[in-house]
Amino acid sequence: MIPPEPVQQIKSRRDAALRALSAGVPYIGYLGIRFDRRGDELTAILPFDDKLIGNPLLSALHGGVTAAFLEVTAIIELAWAGLWDEIEADKPDPAALEAQAFRLPKTIDFTVDYLRSGLPRDAYARATVNRSGRRYASVHVEAWQDNRARLFATGTGHFLMPEPDGTAA
Amino acid sequence: MPDINRIARQFIEAIPHARALGMVLEDIGAGRAVIAMAYDARFIGDPASGVIHGGAVSALMDTASGAAVMCHPAAPRSTATLDLRIDYMRPATPGQTIRAHAECHHVTRSVAFVRVTAVDDDASRPVAMATGAFTVERRP
Repeated sequence: MIPPEPVQQIKSRRDAALRALSAGVPYIGYLGIRFDRRGDELTAILPFDDKLIGNPLLSALHGGVTAAFLEVTAIIELAWAGLWDEIEADKPDPAALEAQAFRLPKTIDFTVDYLRSGLPRDAYARATVNRSGRRYASVHVEAWQDNRARLFATGTGHFLMPEPDGTAA
Repeated sequence: MPDINRIARQFIEAIPHARALGMVLEDIGAGRAVIAMAYDARFIGDPASGVIHGGAVSALMDTASGAAVMCHPAAPRSTATLDLRIDYMRPATPGQTIRAHAECHHVTRSVAFVRVTAVDDDASRPVAMATGAFTVERRP
């Protein structure tokens, strides 16, 4: 019997894969978006910052920031879901993963529903891949602030998947 | 009418996120607005090609849409996005300024409807198009 792989080794590989997807994108860093991982479940976190304000009277989040946050969450979830099976099967070295440049899915269209105004505090989002084919994918995203059940925005988008050789279609 | 435009201009220029992204209001009036966003390496979404992230283009189009609503002759006191659907037709050419042209084509007592197109230097081939519905906050 093969002994189970040490948990720290598994964690370090999964975290390296997640970093490889998001760390290289300047705009994700500019908005300050981070990802929290529990197994394969990702939660995107947008820490509040004054530069994200869209209405100075209410200190509400800019509608464009909300749209961008949802879109970033959808793209990273989609890329992560595809990468997950690969890293679980191949068990690549974390350093090799981080050195790799991943091509991310490209947005075809994205629709945002603004349910209530974004308050001046941290926001969270989770995405669900409803369909992921060889070329196209459909992803739904939910975002909330204080209460998980009180969503402040939802989004649905369609995406073009990168070609298997790593180049975008 | 110039008063509406002045209020709309102040509304847009006071938005911290619009300033953070370096947005410049180039034209405003009668339910139409043009806002430009210069190329900036901090807003790149695809490091391999240097193409600006769709999210930054969304923020530009959302802001231009809000400006178009604010300068509509119905003169709302304030506005907020209800929904925005964006189609991304092609990547914006790296290095070029992106301009969003928004038109508020219909306003009811409580809702404003907007069409917006984003272009780079080649204005004949739009980068993205969007349609949105916005709230209309009436003056008391």
